[in-house]
Amino acid sequence: MAGILEVRWHGRGGQGTVTAAKVLAEAVMAEGKNVQAFPEYGPERMGAPLRAYNRISEIPMTIHCQVTNPAVVAVVDPTLLDTVDVTEGATDDAVFVVNTSGDPGELKKKMKLKSSQKVFCVDANGISLATIGRIMPNTPMLGAVVKATKVIKLDTLLADIRSSFGKKFAEKIIQSNLDAASRAYEEVKS
Amino acid sequence: MSKPKGWKDLPEGGLIKEAGNAEKYDTGAWRSDRPIWIKENCIQCMFCWVFCPDAAITVDENGERGDFDYLHCKGCGICALECPSKVKSIVMMSEAEGAKPDALEKAKAKAVKMAGEKKAVKA
Amino acid sequence: MKKVAMTGNVAVANAMRQINPDVCAAYPITPSTEIMQQFSTFVANGQVDTELVTVESEHSAMSACIGAAAAGGRVMNATSANGLALMWEMLYIAAGNRLPIVLSCVNRALSAPINIHCDHSDSMGARDSGWIQIYAENAQEAYDNTIQSVRIGEHPDLHLPVMSCMDGFIISHSIENLELLDDPQVRDFVGPYRGTTYPLLDVNNPVTYGALHLQDYYIESRRQLHEAHKRAKDIVVQVGKEYGKISGRSYGLFETYKMEDAEIGLVALNSAAGTAKVVVDEFRAKGVKAGLLKPRLFRPFPYLEIADALKGLKALCVLDRADSFGAAGGPLFIEVRSALYDLPKRPVTINKIFGLGGRDLGLDDLRKVFEELTTIVDKGPKSLYEYITVRE
Repeated sequence: MAGILEVRWHGRGGQGTVTAAKVLAEAVMAEGKNVQAFPEYGPERMGAPLRAYNRISEIPMTIHCQVTNPAVVAVVDPTLLDTVDVTEGATDDAVFVVNTSGDPGELKKKMKLKSSQKVFCVDANGISLATIGRIMPNTPMLGAVVKATKVIKLDTLLADIRSSFGKKFAEKIIQSNLDAASRAYEEVKS
Repeated sequence: MSKPKGWKDLPEGGLIKEAGNAEKYDTGAWRSDRPIWIKENCIQCMFCWVFCPDAAITVDENGERGDFDYLHCKGCGICALECPSKVKSIVMMSEAEGAKPDALEKAKAKAVKMAGEKKAVKA
Repeated sequence: MKKVAMTGNVAVANAMRQINPDVCAAYPITPSTEIMQQFSTFVANGQVDTELVTVESEHSAMSACIGAAAAGGRVMNATSANGLALMWEMLYIAAGNRLPIVLSCVNRALSAPINIHCDHSDSMGARDSGWIQIYAENAQEAYDNTIQSVRIGEHPDLHLPVMSCMDGFIISHSIENLELLDDPQVRDFVGPYRGTTYPLLDVNNPVTYGALHLQDYYIESRRQLHEAHKRAKDIVVQVGKEYGKISGRSYGLFETYKMEDAEIGLVALNSAAGTAKVVVDEFRAKGVKAGLLKPRLFRPFPYLEIADALKGLKALCVLDRADSFGAAGGPLFIEVRSALYDLPKRPVTINKIFGLGGRDLGLDDLRKVFEELTTIVDKGPKSLYEYITVRE
């Protein structure tokens, strides 16, 4: 869509993918842009593949159909690459941000991406283990998506993680999530 | 009967704004049998007042049973059935007969006769 | 005024918080559950004074609302689909007793087959119940309509229940940015409750609700309800204008989008209208005079005004997110087509049933509809009434 950045998230139930789309939306709004965040609702089960979407725009949006041609695809769970076609409908200049410890060049070949498409890799599982203490790839993925797309400033994202998580979690958990997002922002590579 | 209201004059939502206006409805006109109260037999037990489905038993300011409210009594006969005095103090008669001037005298005689029949059955 | 990003459900729950109703009766059903879930948090936190009655079914929820409204309280509720269906007989009783209950209907398909996603079969089925029905394109409108519904329903010339509708999931569960009014602004706008002239709790003036009306009075009562609906149109416009003064967002009977000189046009409710605006823009960019009319008030249906707004079109498609099985088209189509009947010159009018059970209405689907409209002016329609977004 002209003037609208469309993002598709691929994850599994329980990984915080829907929350990631929500946090991104709130952070984008904090920078004064227009935003949408909506998951694809079905039978919600732990581990089942799911998608969530964002639309980001400078001007107000009236569109309310599904996102079919995303310019940004975030793959929160690397095992989905073998079971779901994450490239479906992606634009020719789409940016893929994948949770993997692998190499962007090799992954691009494996995913059979077009030369005009770009892939970013971040070891979100490893980062979340080191910072949060368990595999919770959503916050590092947010850091990586923000770096790869430059859609908002890292500080805006961190401020929103603090306010979103602040209501539910202890300071220690909030801090570890902030660390996870910041580290992923630094470590994501293309 | 007053003329029924048109939709413009009807209270909103068909609300009845006047409390207890059923009192104005002459349900006594539905009666085909009429209860007659025989004061001298009455033991003031108030069973009739309790059982009457139409609140048609009047009670005076001293709490004593008065005569029937014939404007609302439908003549169901429950009061006469429940009346526990040995010689009944409530007797049912046809509406035509019960409206005549000698109704009370006939009722008294009927009450005595009924008491006699009851005794005979027991014996 | 506060800019926020929240789902349609949370936006409506916040409107309810600001309205601070006396009584809410709740029974959960997807996708409306989140409204009352969020609202119950406001109750638990003491942010509202509402008596939240948790009941065992939607039938009981609406019954409790009726009792509370007759007692003299400002009453709100939320439901969807099968929940609304279970309220059915009570909907008629609320309207017949002229109780200005506000119900947030989060549109969802009725079973069977069981489905939790959006279509309008729930509220469309209730369109003849005597409730005012208002439809919202997005979360902002759902929020705004909720606040206005209170004023509309409670207006002394109306005293009618109001169903404020938004699309399930597409709006109810999507985060969008919107503006919330300040709490005192909403409180002042809705004002003190004045929706029940004869509250049951006024023991000094006892009244009877729900008396028996047979052949002698029933039709007079219904004629009265009919008259109230005739008055509703002006009040909806008046409240919409007043709301514009405090919010900067005025509302009318419907929204027109690029209709001034339009030759082909769509009529669509709710979120589909928003998506259609994108396609109208595309066709305008190509030089095609396309336009859109989005009804807001569906009951009462402003047929004169809608006919007037559509009279310049050469071809028109009405999009229905519900079927009226066996009828000559979907519910919206039947209304629009009937409204056009008295025009001296009518546009060629077709109907598409789309998006049942949440099936996506994409840009390509809408492009095809506009393409068809450009051809049928001369050739005539290939079919009057058909399904789109469906596999053959």
